[in-house]
Amino acid sequence: MLTERRRTLALRTCVLAGRLLIENGSNMERVNDTIERMAKAAGLRQFQDFTTLTGLVLGSDNLPNAQVANIRRRQNNLSKVAAVNEVSREFTAGLLQLPEAYAQLRSIDRQKAGHWQNQFEALAAAILSAVLMVVFTGDIVDWWLAFIAGGLSYAVFSFIVRKFKIQYLGEFCASIVIGLIACEGVKLGVATNADDIIIGGVMPLVPGIPLTNAARDLVSGNLISAPTRGIEALLTAVAIGSAIVLVLRFE
Amino acid sequence: MSWTNLLLQFILSYISTVCFGVLLHIPVKAYNASGLIGGITWVIYWVMYYQHHCGLAISNLVAAILISLFSMFAARHRKMPMIVFNVPALVPFVPGGQAYKMVRNFAIGNNHLVMVYMYQVIVIVGAITLGFGLGELMIRALGYLKKLLRKRAGATR
Repeated sequence: MLTERRRTLALRTCVLAGRLLIENGSNMERVNDTIERMAKAAGLRQFQDFTTLTGLVLGSDNLPNAQVANIRRRQNNLSKVAAVNEVSREFTAGLLQLPEAYAQLRSIDRQKAGHWQNQFEALAAAILSAVLMVVFTGDIVDWWLAFIAGGLSYAVFSFIVRKFKIQYLGEFCASIVIGLIACEGVKLGVATNADDIIIGGVMPLVPGIPLTNAARDLVSGNLISAPTRGIEALLTAVAIGSAIVLVLRFE
Repeated sequence: MSWTNLLLQFILSYISTVCFGVLLHIPVKAYNASGLIGGITWVIYWVMYYQHHCGLAISNLVAAILISLFSMFAARHRKMPMIVFNVPALVPFVPGGQAYKMVRNFAIGNNHLVMVYMYQVIVIVGAITLGFGLGELMIRALGYLKKLLRKRAGATR
């Protein structure tokens, strides 16, 4: 027989796992699957879950109250998703006890990025821009300007998101930087094709995770989460596009 | 179609997939597997679309199905969620270039080209969605088949 305290802890563990998964960009089917398995392993009977992109509600038959978590900020950190997955797998296999699983989830929640993480990401974005520009357009001479545009714009984007915590405007400002670099490069005569540089430069900002998750949620029949993810992807695309149009209008 | 060009496409898409994985903070152990998935599917797409001219929809559909299947196998093998592999591998297929050209022509007022690129974006996104669905179906069918065979083997023993 489970004590009241243990049942409450089990429900709180499930809420924490679900919140971590949604916050870090997992798809909804995976979230529901993970928390249902964990609840079953923890011994909660008649477990019910209701998950959306901005919050989740969990309840069990033998507990009087449901637990709610609000999700304000979403980011893309798939290593946290993998870590939560690992904890849930060990817990359902019986290798971890409930308090240990809760403590491990708390430590995943508190995990901070490394010291050089932002510089490393900007470098990755720069390489991504240059490589994808060559793949998509076959234009080889302008690779170095796409490298600079991609890296600098991603640095601006991550700075704005970290410091001011505003979604969509980070992409907007970063795209303005890309447009300015591409147009000035062509104007100064060091580059040949502004379009190619812009296509390469915007690739790190393209909403890949929301788009994939929207598709997968739609296929699995989650009609609340899928359109919301789609709108998220659409808003990001509109922010990028309008910034580029703004630059092209004044150049 | 030359082999050096094919190899170059593979290397470039491998690099781009790994770089996108870095941006999404995927675990370091998953870099190589997701890069290989991205590279192989892009090469298949490239041969289908640019060499054999199979059309935009079919090429993207096949690529999405393959990404779905490969990332399922990688997820089983490495014991990580599937999303770690299929999101970075999708980056060369996201219609960013077409979407940009659509917005650009819309700003200039070139309405004819807007429709052309909008059609391409809708076709690619639809094909990828359908491809993920079909991949999911194939994975479930494989699981069902495996279970059925095991049951049959158990019954005969």
